[in-house]
Amino acid sequence: MAIDVRLLDQPFNPGAFVGPFTHAHPGLGGVCTFVGEVRGGDGIEALELSHYAPLTLPGMEALARRALARFDLMGIMILHRTGIMLPGEPIVCVSSAATHRRAAFEATDFAMDHLKSDSWFWKREKRGGVWTWIEPRGQDHADLARWD
Amino acid sequence: MAKLVFLGRLADLAGAPEREVAPGPLADVLAALPRDLAVALLDERVRLALNGTLKTGGEAVVLSDGDELAFLPPVSGG
Repeated sequence: MAIDVRLLDQPFNPGAFVGPFTHAHPGLGGVCTFVGEVRGGDGIEALELSHYAPLTLPGMEALARRALARFDLMGIMILHRTGIMLPGEPIVCVSSAATHRRAAFEATDFAMDHLKSDSWFWKREKRGGVWTWIEPRGQDHADLARWD
Repeated sequence: MAKLVFLGRLADLAGAPEREVAPGPLADVLAALPRDLAVALLDERVRLALNGTLKTGGEAVVLSDGDELAFLPPVSGG
């Protein structure tokens, strides 16, 4: 199970996935897990992520394979929500297992930067009952350039 | 018939996430759409995917019966 990539359309508990992922890699030296959640405050009522099935999951799987090829990993798991989420709900979980910590840290960071700027997701947020599409951010592209 | 798929804000503009259209050259398909939608679809930042494969640009698209053409505006990230 070197790669485990999933799109989830219901709320999920990251720990319920990270546990089995870790156990599937006996002998590992470290696991680095990042969980992103819907930020609260600023009047945010909800966030909706839409995707395009023929491209989004294959793109995430290709990203996982690139991380495996680039870093010395035993495995990588990428979970991503779609649909409507409330503040405090997990959106994304990336977990990298490796024999040494550096590869696990870097692979998780790499996958997150690419998910944020280079994956087929469209995001809109609701404030005061009104939905607004979120435009790409320059910072996301600067984050991506770190890996060139 | 062929199917157009609109992602992100383009779905709002189109009034629906999908639309059935008569097959034919893309220029003819777009000419039959509301003008503001056609203009938005022709934005150079909008990528096209025909039957799940990204177009690399340049070549003319001709829709056949059963084809699915998706219009992908810039992503806002995960």
